[in-house]
Amino acid sequence: MDLFQTNLLSLILFAPVVGALVLLFVPKDQENAHRWLALVFSLVPLGLSIYLWFAFNPQAPGYQFEENYQWFSVIGANYHLGVDGISLPMVLLTAILTPLAILFSFSVSEKVKAYMILFLLLETGAFGVFMALDLLIFFLFYEVGLIPMYFLINIWGSANRQYASFKFIIYTMAGSLGLLLSTQIIGLTLGSFDIPNAVAKWPLLTGELFGIPVSAIRGVAFWAFVIAFAIKVPVWPFHTWLPDAHTEAPTAGSMMLAGILLKLGAYGFLRLVLPLFPAEAYQGASLLAVLSLLAIVAGAYASFGQTDFKRLVAYSSINHMGFVVLGIATAAYAQGWAANFDDRYTESAIIATNGAVLQMFNHGLSSAGMFLLVGVLYERAHTRNLDDFGGLMPIMPVYGAFLIFTSMASLGLPGLNGFVSEFMVVRGAWDVFTAITAVSMLGLLITGAYILRGIYKTIYGPINTKWVGHLSDMSTREVIALAPLAVLMLVLGVWPAWLSNVINEAVTRLLAG
Amino acid sequence: MSFPILSVITFTPLVAGLLILMLPAERKNEARVAALAAGVFTVLLSLFVYFGFNPAGPRFQFVEGPYQWVPQLGITYHMAIDGFGLPMLLLTALVLFTGVLISWNIDDRPREFMAFFLFLSVGVFGVFAAQDLFLFFFLLEIAVFPKFLMIVIWGSPKTREYGGMKLTLYLFFASVVALLGVLWMYAESPVKTFNMIWLEEAMRAGAFPAQWQIIWFPLIFFGFAVMGAIFPLHSWAPDGHVAAPTAISMMLAGVEMKIGMFAAFRVGITLLPEGAKFWAPIIVIFALINVVYAAYIALIQKDFKYIIGFSSVSHMGLVMMGFATLSPNGFLGAGLQMFSHGVMTALFFSIVGMVYDRAHTRNIPDLGGLVKKMPWAAIAFIIGGFTSMGMPGFSGFVAEIPIYLGLWQGRTLPGAAFQAQPWFFPLTAVISVISIVITAAYILRAVQKVFFGELPAHFEHEVGDVTALDKVAIVVLCAMMIIVGVYPAIMYPQVQAGIAPVLNLFGVN
Amino acid sequence: MLAESFSPTHLLAVLPEILLVAVAAIVIIADLAQRQIAKGQVGLAMLEARRRNVGLAAALGFLVVLIVSLLVTLPTVGNGLIFGGMLRHDLMAFIFRVLFLFSGLVVALISMDAPTIGKQGEYYVVLVAAVLGMNLMAASADLIMLYLAVETTSIALYALAGFLREDSKSAESGLKYFLFGAFTSTIMLYGFSLLYGFTGQTNLYAIGEALGSLPSTAVLFALFLILVGLGFKISAVPFHFWAPDVYEGAPTPITAFLSVASKAAGFAVLIRVLMAAFPEQAPIWVQLMAALSAVTMTVGNLIALTQKNIKRLLAYSSIAQAGYILMGLAAFSGEGTAATLFYLGMYTLTNLAAFGAIVMVARISGSDEIADFSGLSRRAPGLALVLLVAFLSLGGIPPLAGFFGKFYLFTATLNQGLVWLAVVGFINALLSLYYYLVVLKVIYLNAPKDEASYPVSRSAAVALWLCVMGVIVVGVLIGPWVNIAVAAASGLF
Repeated sequence: MDLFQTNLLSLILFAPVVGALVLLFVPKDQENAHRWLALVFSLVPLGLSIYLWFAFNPQAPGYQFEENYQWFSVIGANYHLGVDGISLPMVLLTAILTPLAILFSFSVSEKVKAYMILFLLLETGAFGVFMALDLLIFFLFYEVGLIPMYFLINIWGSANRQYASFKFIIYTMAGSLGLLLSTQIIGLTLGSFDIPNAVAKWPLLTGELFGIPVSAIRGVAFWAFVIAFAIKVPVWPFHTWLPDAHTEAPTAGSMMLAGILLKLGAYGFLRLVLPLFPAEAYQGASLLAVLSLLAIVAGAYASFGQTDFKRLVAYSSINHMGFVVLGIATAAYAQGWAANFDDRYTESAIIATNGAVLQMFNHGLSSAGMFLLVGVLYERAHTRNLDDFGGLMPIMPVYGAFLIFTSMASLGLPGLNGFVSEFMVVRGAWDVFTAITAVSMLGLLITGAYILRGIYKTIYGPINTKWVGHLSDMSTREVIALAPLAVLMLVLGVWPAWLSNVINEAVTRLLAG
Repeated sequence: MSFPILSVITFTPLVAGLLILMLPAERKNEARVAALAAGVFTVLLSLFVYFGFNPAGPRFQFVEGPYQWVPQLGITYHMAIDGFGLPMLLLTALVLFTGVLISWNIDDRPREFMAFFLFLSVGVFGVFAAQDLFLFFFLLEIAVFPKFLMIVIWGSPKTREYGGMKLTLYLFFASVVALLGVLWMYAESPVKTFNMIWLEEAMRAGAFPAQWQIIWFPLIFFGFAVMGAIFPLHSWAPDGHVAAPTAISMMLAGVEMKIGMFAAFRVGITLLPEGAKFWAPIIVIFALINVVYAAYIALIQKDFKYIIGFSSVSHMGLVMMGFATLSPNGFLGAGLQMFSHGVMTALFFSIVGMVYDRAHTRNIPDLGGLVKKMPWAAIAFIIGGFTSMGMPGFSGFVAEIPIYLGLWQGRTLPGAAFQAQPWFFPLTAVISVISIVITAAYILRAVQKVFFGELPAHFEHEVGDVTALDKVAIVVLCAMMIIVGVYPAIMYPQVQAGIAPVLNLFGVN
Repeated sequence: MLAESFSPTHLLAVLPEILLVAVAAIVIIADLAQRQIAKGQVGLAMLEARRRNVGLAAALGFLVVLIVSLLVTLPTVGNGLIFGGMLRHDLMAFIFRVLFLFSGLVVALISMDAPTIGKQGEYYVVLVAAVLGMNLMAASADLIMLYLAVETTSIALYALAGFLREDSKSAESGLKYFLFGAFTSTIMLYGFSLLYGFTGQTNLYAIGEALGSLPSTAVLFALFLILVGLGFKISAVPFHFWAPDVYEGAPTPITAFLSVASKAAGFAVLIRVLMAAFPEQAPIWVQLMAALSAVTMTVGNLIALTQKNIKRLLAYSSIAQAGYILMGLAAFSGEGTAATLFYLGMYTLTNLAAFGAIVMVARISGSDEIADFSGLSRRAPGLALVLLVAFLSLGGIPPLAGFFGKFYLFTATLNQGLVWLAVVGFINALLSLYYYLVVLKVIYLNAPKDEASYPVSRSAAVALWLCVMGVIVVGVLIGPWVNIAVAAASGLF
């Protein structure tokens, strides 16, 4: 039992890999075996994560369930894992979304074996990033997660998938080059890649490095980190890979991409950028806030103009992640302010950051849900063009209901999860970036507009007669895939405390010391 | 007297090759089986040596000799292996083994093919274990005629004569330049011996004045580095490797290029540290050009094999950079990269060979969708590709990280040609990192165009899957890349043991 | 240096030469006898087989003399001048004698199958005479003896080169050789006479002692004249112009013989003359040798690059090889001389093998063009292998003797500080490798022109095998041969 406890994170991390290995030996034509085995193996981390959730003590400071083994110790990199209140919800999110996405993917009929293996590997990649407490391990899993997603888009995607997948991987990799270089510098100067160690020592370094003052190097490294993560989130203007990648990816791929992979970037900001570069983050906070504003407003505006349903949802991701970034910018600013002056902003920052992390979780749920719904429609109608639909409610009532529900969550209707997190971000950011927050309200307005337009065009309005009798409603499987998300969206909207309490402890410690 | 395992490893292929040549020409399968047996035998022995090597033990293990060979000149027969050459020995055995597997279906004089391939490997094995400079050159040059003949007889019809001649002459020229440096050094040396270990002792005792070292070092280092395809004398590599038959490309690009770098390290850096200190910043510049320029050229190639050829040149640049930093991390990374790249490029060439054997073209626009017909090859190429990109989880990452760390740590030591500004090495690191993206671009482009996309109609019936033997070779090579990538501790202690004594020449302990 | 007074053991020292005379006599008698017997015969074939035995007799004769030499003439008791200072009984003379006898043996064996000449007794007699003359050349320590020996050899060689009377090329080659040779010999004789005039001595060693203090310009002039003659013999540039035509025109076994034995003899004389007669002038003739070496190598290799006829190619290659050997002389030291001797031995074995194989091929294909060797590896793998070994050895590729040969020469050169010469040598090694590889490529890669087969008689096979084995063994088990060379070099004085 003790072994189980001490290695719980590794078990969660590698369970999907074990599953992938098992799948490797199952013959190619046993497609059903592949699907069910993959589902089972993705449920294992879910079960373990739930256990982890309950075993986690929010009150205890620092990281829990830490594991630290020698790996490449000659250069100071070790296999160091751990979770705290910020990463635990992310782990849980990954564990929840993956089985659901796999369940939805039962409808994939081409090369099922490869598909499922890639999916499981993707899950491991995501887990690894959230759990990593060593910079090199972080980077390893960050990059590793790119590979399965590249193939998922490239092979099972839509018409423009070659271009989209290539752009996705090259763009992200190019962005992470700076990350790699800065990681190397940190590891080299500190003699170790350990994250807690780096957080404690790196911001305090003085003197010169390569003849340049450390502060200048820190500045460059800061921007390198920021760019890498900004591409991932994505922050405007580094977002151009996202609409193509999301649109061309297969449905479940989009669920994972929007639901989890985008959070890797935001997580990187919270876990690495803010603690390692507090002074630089303080200086860049305003810029970040402005960019987040652009993301919120421009993203929403772009969504509004889409005719492709999936692209609409893709742009909405930019919009929603904008709030996350706004919260992070607030935290950055307040952290710096507190270090230099007083902590008048700290409380607001805590609220904003709580909102940001919560928004990460919530957006994960709602975007996954939205993409799933778009996928449902696409599988039946083979088109994503909003103008092709209309008045589908009577034909597909269950679908319509779910669509409304999820859209409302996405929109931020009070009572559903989106409202809570967005409200918290706005509330916290208002104190710090008043003007920016005010303008971003505009974004909320446009969000409402595009969501409603989307709903109207698909399920309301005059019935498009060509669909009568040709579209079936959601199957049981699809409902089961969506239902947990819906339930969570409701629960989090009404009673978010179970999640926010966990987050709050960690965030408070992060910002208030 | 203990079992002379290194000599056995080196000369078994010679014996096997001679025996094969004595077989009647019709006995094709016997020739192949015999070659395979020799390959397996050397792999087993190499594994024995690899795991029998104690990283915490003496620097040179499995010592044979030194025996007097030509006493008048101080030439000895002396074989031993240190931690740095250890992975190379294993690499050679693996490439020999997989090369025989890949070449199983060669039907034009397979007897001669296998025999010459084995003769080639004699020279390659021996070089890593030779501790006498004469013995070293003796074994190095033994490989000249098998190389030449094999490319010229079994290579690609249009380019084999040109490619083979170019490769042979360039490499001969390179070794001749290095030999000039070595003989000159011998002429000035107070210790009239060719034994490397004794020479090193003499050097440490101060036998070679710094000014001489600075003159000899470029002859020796650059001479050998040309064998590693250093810019600007690198063009033999793409032409020669592309013209060569698959197994020879695997051996040449996979191992012979490493011989050059190994020798540059063992003879150049180890014996002439003052020279190394002087020339290091200049080497960095050339190596950087290798890394970035060759990657860029690979990007614009239309011939599948040429992409791999230039990719090899690019990755060898990383090895050179690692050496030029004169730092623990740099040496470590270079040693690991030599193994990682060796395996990777052997894999690449073998897959290109598989594709060509079936599709009869290497022109990328004419290929496509091959994953449907050759899934194993596709997956293996992808794994190799990720290693090439330095993707974490594979051996390429494990090798490249220390090299980059070494670059950051790089500094010009007193006695350098020019004292580098503090930004020099970091800037090099930043520029060379660009090559990662370029590499990713050309690898993914190749993957997309060759293995995915549309399968041309005539391939539907003409292209079959790879053979079982091919699959064995693929699995072995991929396994190496993944094992070292996931568990680097299986290799870095040995390499460290090999580089530690050299590092203290550069003020590092 | 005083000669030892005569003692019967001195006869033993020249026993091989005496025996060679006997061998010549035996061959003549054998030839006459065969003609007599053959007169009564009917078939042409029987005639030819019979006549072949003449060559066998000559070969056996050489072999016997070789064995006798090995057993009897090894100088065990010091090196000394004998026969009134005419000859010097030392290790170097011994080694060269062995080389010449071996060359004679091999050439006799491969001549047996050559068209026309192989059946003629006179041919073998003249061959024996040539070998005899060369033995004396290598052992000569006196100007007069030297000149006699040189002329004996040369006349024999002129005759051998032009032996194919009906072939205009052969006749031309013989005449050209004669004219060139006679002219340069005369110049050399003039140089000899000057030496005598300066010192009043004819013994080389005595001359060396006496010359030490004389004004250098005159001495150098004499040296230069002698070099003209000797340069011709070794085909150094610019005295090489005869070589390609003579090599091409002469019967191929004689080409082989010229390229190894005659050249070696020339070098033997050169070494002895330079070291014994001009020791004080060493700093000057070293430079001269170095320059000669560089030019010879380079010209030889550059022109060889353009050749399409294999005999001409090997001719130019031989010129270049002479250049390498001169490097050893330029590196004037015990090591340099030893390297020269080693290289000469290696070169003998190698060139004999190469030419031997060419004889076998040319007598069927009737052509010496490189293109006609296409695909030889498929038609006659054994012969192709012989050529492979020979050419790679000439190129300096291990595990063949040529590798160590060059290695040793370069080491000696660099040890003497002649870095520029070594660089030139290395570049030339690269150049030569190119054309050797081209020929090998034609042999191994190109498709055969026809389905001809190339039978090799047992005698020729033995000869070729001996040479090939020699090249490989000397290339790997180097130590003992180096010992011999070093001992011989030190025994010069």
